[in-house]
Amino acid sequence: MVAVSPVENGPFLLEMRNITKSFPGVHALREVSLKVARGSVHALIGENGAGKSTLMKVLIGMYRMDSGEIWFQGGKVAINNPGEALRHGISMIHQELNPIPGMTIAENVFVGREPVYPVLGPLLGIVNRTLMNRMTVQCFKEIGVDIDPDTVVATLNVAERQMLEIVKAISCNADLIIMDEPTSAITGREVEKLFGIIRTLTARGKSVIYISHKIDELYQISDEITVLRDGQCIGTRPTRELDRSTLISMMVGREISDLFPKEAVEPGPVVLEVQGLCQSDKVKDISFCLRQGEILGISGLMGAGRTELVETLFGLRKASRGTVKIHGQAVRIGSAKDAIGHRMALVSEDRKRFGLNLKDSVRHNVTLVSLARYCRGGVVQSGEEEQACQRQIQRFNIKAYSQGQIANTLSGGNQQKVVIAKWILADPEIIILDEPTRGIDVAAKAEIHRIIVALAKEGKAILMISSELPEIMGMSDRVLVLHEGRLTGEFARKDLNQEAIMVCATGQRSQVQ
Amino acid sequence: MSRTTAIQATSQAGAPNLPVRGILAKYGIYIAFAVLFAILSFSSASFLSVQNVLNVLRQTSLNGIIAVGMTFVIITGGIDLSVGAIVAVSAVVATSFAHPGGYPILVPVVAGLCFGALAGFINGFSIAKGNIAPFIVTLGMMTIVRGAALVFSGGRPIINLTDTYKWIGGGYFLKIPAPVYFFLLVVLAGHFLLAYTKFGRHVYAIGGNEQAARVSGVNVHRIIIAVYTLAGLFAGFAGVVLSSRVMTGSPVAGLGYELDAIAAVVIGGTSLSGGVGSIPGTIIGAMIIGFMSNGLDLLNVSSYYQQIIKGVIIIVAVLLDQKNKQVK
Repeated sequence: MVAVSPVENGPFLLEMRNITKSFPGVHALREVSLKVARGSVHALIGENGAGKSTLMKVLIGMYRMDSGEIWFQGGKVAINNPGEALRHGISMIHQELNPIPGMTIAENVFVGREPVYPVLGPLLGIVNRTLMNRMTVQCFKEIGVDIDPDTVVATLNVAERQMLEIVKAISCNADLIIMDEPTSAITGREVEKLFGIIRTLTARGKSVIYISHKIDELYQISDEITVLRDGQCIGTRPTRELDRSTLISMMVGREISDLFPKEAVEPGPVVLEVQGLCQSDKVKDISFCLRQGEILGISGLMGAGRTELVETLFGLRKASRGTVKIHGQAVRIGSAKDAIGHRMALVSEDRKRFGLNLKDSVRHNVTLVSLARYCRGGVVQSGEEEQACQRQIQRFNIKAYSQGQIANTLSGGNQQKVVIAKWILADPEIIILDEPTRGIDVAAKAEIHRIIVALAKEGKAILMISSELPEIMGMSDRVLVLHEGRLTGEFARKDLNQEAIMVCATGQRSQVQ
Repeated sequence: MSRTTAIQATSQAGAPNLPVRGILAKYGIYIAFAVLFAILSFSSASFLSVQNVLNVLRQTSLNGIIAVGMTFVIITGGIDLSVGAIVAVSAVVATSFAHPGGYPILVPVVAGLCFGALAGFINGFSIAKGNIAPFIVTLGMMTIVRGAALVFSGGRPIINLTDTYKWIGGGYFLKIPAPVYFFLLVVLAGHFLLAYTKFGRHVYAIGGNEQAARVSGVNVHRIIIAVYTLAGLFAGFAGVVLSSRVMTGSPVAGLGYELDAIAAVVIGGTSLSGGVGSIPGTIIGAMIIGFMSNGLDLLNVSSYYQQIIKGVIIIVAVLLDQKNKQVK
């Protein structure tokens, strides 16, 4: 325990002063300052690679800053690891949640600091399960949730796991809770619930640092917004005094006029035709067709079977029934290799699992699918490969200091561009994009939208899944709506409206029989 | 080479503020080898002689040949515990065809290689198609193959071999021991495959992220099978060389060789979690082990202590490697 002076009780819970941090070749943070008031929600926003995560990792001691000071509860603190941060009362909920799935809720909340019985308990480490369960229920009550503490975590969904993390933070008596993209994997009602919890927390005098790309959310929940750009602090403003266009221009350093640069493309002949496709109980009897130059949006809530549908098309899941025709020819796609052979591409929603080899270089990632083209007799022709990679880096504006940079060290937006570059290099005809802009900042998003439009103009047939209605509505020529594995709606561009899509997505009405 | 040169270019162009630490991280293993070599040269009068160095190289070639195959396996994120036993089965099979008045020299050699490759193929097949952990499959194969060697030889060493066969491990060409050439051949072939071919790229891709590799159209099963077959083939080759060198096909040969090979690979900077590593690193790893035990012999350090020192080196090498990677 590091002593914290209890006398000071000023308005600011946390002050980070002139934090500087550099990595080899990159200045990640330059003289960044951040002040978080007690009982407030402080939003942190900026493009990918702007330094938000780095700043937070410095705060919780995962990174060591080069220079700067951190003041917490009115005293200067030195935090060397997340454990120390927790003892000070700072807890971070990471974007990717890592609970221990085989253990119960209570065990997860108290992992590493289980309450033990008195006297012999500390000596032998005998866990007081009754007390642990009671304390867990109590913590959940504080955020207005009733749970059974003996539920095994593996059975919880993403939103419930997130609540678990929040409860964990509360049970540690954290005064400052950092939430990194907490809504990236949850939907409408769950987001409302999360916001309710956040308001309960701030009403009790706790502070929250809220990192998100979703501007709408910041306006709903935050009191103040700090904008970072290229590792520098652009400014901190009270949310109600900051209008959206100013915010966006602060983030990107320029005005973004057109987020969805949609251009009308005359659709060509049908490329892909799907008839009665089923995949266990995830995809039920789906039929549709896709034309050249067309962007076909797929909308639906979490768990509607959208990802399962495209994974089945791409041969990653076994179809239980149905036919797929490409250019009128029935095809059997049993593996990704088959799909690639039919000139299909899949930009997966989970780029860390399915998209990239994070341990290898940008070049080796970009050319992986098309490697055969740069080989003679199985030997890689490095000159041709480098040229091809260079063209992709330029075309997609990938920010890497060289082709040899390891993918792990790129920002999220640039990683996504590497995945897209890889698939486009293979010259596909049918491009499946599963949440192509998830977790990506505004500027990179616009860039990716421009790329998608350009591909459609080249005559590619594009299937695009997105959970963001504005994206679906802004980009698609036609939209399919899924609900629990079934097709419940189909809309032409001129008939698109948010309410109608939501009605179909929630299964209240089906437009398709 | 293309790998290393690319990385050099990176450090020059992109990261001007990457100082001594970066160089240490990339060439630490080579520097360590040079330092070891220098220290041994100074502390023992007989160490730095052509005769002694060639001798060590010959001893190292066996471990080196096996370690090249092991490098492929470990880069895919796997492990092969059966290579030591494969050395034995290959030795008894090959020597049983190498009696005077028997077959031409090619027959025993090819027989040894085939048995090694076959065992490796079964390893790869079970791992890829059966989806069983490499540790388990190769642990089982280790016992199976060792047993097969005992059955095949009736538990007795096979002796009385042709002079041609004896040349493979004991002969010289241009005053350099023959095994050194074989070692060089395996190293060049291995390095070429890993660094310059599509196959090698796929090996790294699988080790780095198997799922992503599969989605990108890499035939993961085929590559895994090929990698274990290659490891078996090289181990079989080592069995031929060893039996020739000691003029005996012994069913108990190669005990613990798998651990020496893994040690060489790991000291050479290949990550046990897969996706990262190189043949040149492995070679230096094998050389460090070889020259060190030779140097300690010359310095009259008891073989008991040598084992302790070897263990410490393995752990320290990986520790330094980890530290270097953690630089933030």
